[in-house]
Amino acid sequence: MNGADIMVKCLEAEGVKHVFGYPGVAIAPFYNSIYESDIESVLVRTEQSSAHAASGYARAYNNEKPGVCAVTSGPGATNLITGIATAFADSIPMIAITGQVKTDLLGNDVFQEADITGACESFVKYSYLVKDVNDIPRVFKEAFHVASTGRKGPVLIDVPIDVQQATVKKFEYPDSVDMRTYKPTVKGNGAQIGKVIKELEKAKKPLICAGGGVLLSKGRYELLSFAEKHNIPVVTTMMGISVISTEHPLCFGMVGNNGKAYANKAMQEADLIMVVGARVADRAFNHPELITKGKVMIHIDVDPAEIGKIAGPSIPLVGDAQAIFADLGEKEYEADYSEWLNILNEYKVTYARKRNPNPEYVDPAAFINILSRKMDKDAIYIADVGQNQIWSCDNVCVREGKFMTTGGMGTMGYSIPAAIGAKLRRPERMVVAVCGDGSFQMSMCELACAKQHNIPVKIVVLTNNYLGMVREYQHFAYNDQYSVVDLSGNPDLERLSSAYDIPFVRVHNMDEAPEAIDRFLANDESYIMEAIIDPMDLVK
Amino acid sequence: MKKKVFQLLVENTSGVLSRISGLFARRGYNIESITAGVTADPRVTRITIVATGDDEILEQIEKQLEKLVDVLDIKELKPDESVYRELALIKVSCPPSERPNLISLAGVFRANVIDTAKDGMIIEMTGNQGKINAFLKLIDGFEILELARTGIAGLRRGTDDIVYPQLD
Repeated sequence: MNGADIMVKCLEAEGVKHVFGYPGVAIAPFYNSIYESDIESVLVRTEQSSAHAASGYARAYNNEKPGVCAVTSGPGATNLITGIATAFADSIPMIAITGQVKTDLLGNDVFQEADITGACESFVKYSYLVKDVNDIPRVFKEAFHVASTGRKGPVLIDVPIDVQQATVKKFEYPDSVDMRTYKPTVKGNGAQIGKVIKELEKAKKPLICAGGGVLLSKGRYELLSFAEKHNIPVVTTMMGISVISTEHPLCFGMVGNNGKAYANKAMQEADLIMVVGARVADRAFNHPELITKGKVMIHIDVDPAEIGKIAGPSIPLVGDAQAIFADLGEKEYEADYSEWLNILNEYKVTYARKRNPNPEYVDPAAFINILSRKMDKDAIYIADVGQNQIWSCDNVCVREGKFMTTGGMGTMGYSIPAAIGAKLRRPERMVVAVCGDGSFQMSMCELACAKQHNIPVKIVVLTNNYLGMVREYQHFAYNDQYSVVDLSGNPDLERLSSAYDIPFVRVHNMDEAPEAIDRFLANDESYIMEAIIDPMDLVK
Repeated sequence: MKKKVFQLLVENTSGVLSRISGLFARRGYNIESITAGVTADPRVTRITIVATGDDEILEQIEKQLEKLVDVLDIKELKPDESVYRELALIKVSCPPSERPNLISLAGVFRANVIDTAKDGMIIEMTGNQGKINAFLKLIDGFEILELARTGIAGLRRGTDDIVYPQLD
């Protein structure tokens, strides 16, 4: 038995079923060992995708367990960086394993050596460079624990090839983690919870702003029960979109620059805001002072460093959203917010976004709405980055399913590998990736991965032959001087799909849309649907 | 701008210092001095950091440091509840005729002469930063050839509130 065998046994002990990755010499012992195990290896076509796939894999099952990716040293590891950084920005639990050159060559700039723990320092939750084969079980146990507790995130394990090859007599996986330094707070402080209830009793216009942390803590049910019990309206950040069904009478949409005008109006007029599992980051809260000035701001987050980083709350409450809303749910109080809800419902009508779609093309807003309504109730919708993401956030209908996107890093090319990961984790669910023609081309190599591993993913490409989001920015900021955003040279997606044996449908206008969407969704098979949208269309 | 002295107890792992200093660099926090050394428990390193910033920044520094997986404990060493010491080695240009003068000045500050060359000497002194600054001012007339200051190390006064990393 060698170190690589131990690494695989650790993964087995953690219940890992799939590893996304790309082999190379420095990780070859690991891939040799995994060949013999029941763990299925999924070969992506570029390393960055392995992290996105692992992210989609984790998110598809409530982030309960980290997704795992494994790549080689040097360029394999550096290609992975964007994927790790993306997971870090979105707090997604992940284990990234990299091969490394021999221990005694470390620091000598040998072939395919990269200081990956150093390079990733600022966007991993923690990292290990394993220099002793006997440390492997402890390191893996700790890594899984750190990645999936507290504020979740990626953990990097860098293993030199000689450590993977070193002989070991026996394998013993620790039962528990013994980390003196790492003990995240889960349960909220009772006194603070009491204060929250007191303020809610006094409030006339309370509002819950739910972020991705609610999903990460699996606190969706507890939060909704509390909101429903007291009739408190809910808005979300981009990462929090599937906390509440978009059909729910208490749902008032996404806040922020690209959010619903009535959601932002609700934020402005509320006299109490509970920000839950959200960072108060610039895109969602571009004027953080507005959520504290003249109102009670309650900030609930498992990461104490997020509380007060941007906006100083009246009541800081450190803990896991699930635990805190479970506690809040046990407290009784009476208040009537119906007048506030009436106001917000009026705003929903008066502040609805008005668009003038060009009938010659597919209207992406209407198209996304029809598509998501036709999808299964529990389907997983993955939006990429660009105009497609904003149209998705603004128009998607989410019921019992999931909405995933990379809100923190905004990494183009996320949706296809994430869809591969999500579908592999939840084969019973319908998984749809929606991207633009720019983001599609960043990850289209993964069509081969989906095909090779028989993972049926449905991909929508909104084609406008532009890097639309940047073009839109240039429209507003640079007087329509469109610099380096023209995507002439796009492949013919019909022929491309045929090259991968994937059925294809192209939609030219809204009349064709419903039938094409039905065909696209009909069977549990891979499908590519291209919607031709107006190149000059804007999200604003 | 305010100044705060933080005392950290951290796991004595490779790279721990770079994780801490890297955090200051990438978040744009100001670090005035940082000292590190192993504690009585060899698995634990004590780090003393002097940082400057406004109240919000100093609060963030404390929270972000506390968040690092390797950090066992972080406390502010408040001036009135703590002792601070810094070591300075000062190499001063000094002709033989001036030696007695310099030695007597050093004596006033309980500094020691630890090396003497034909035309200079090395003076060692410990104290709080104010004392060292005062001594440097005092020997203003001499040419300082080289100066090595360690940055401060500190401990809280008294025996309350000591963190004992649990031993297995």
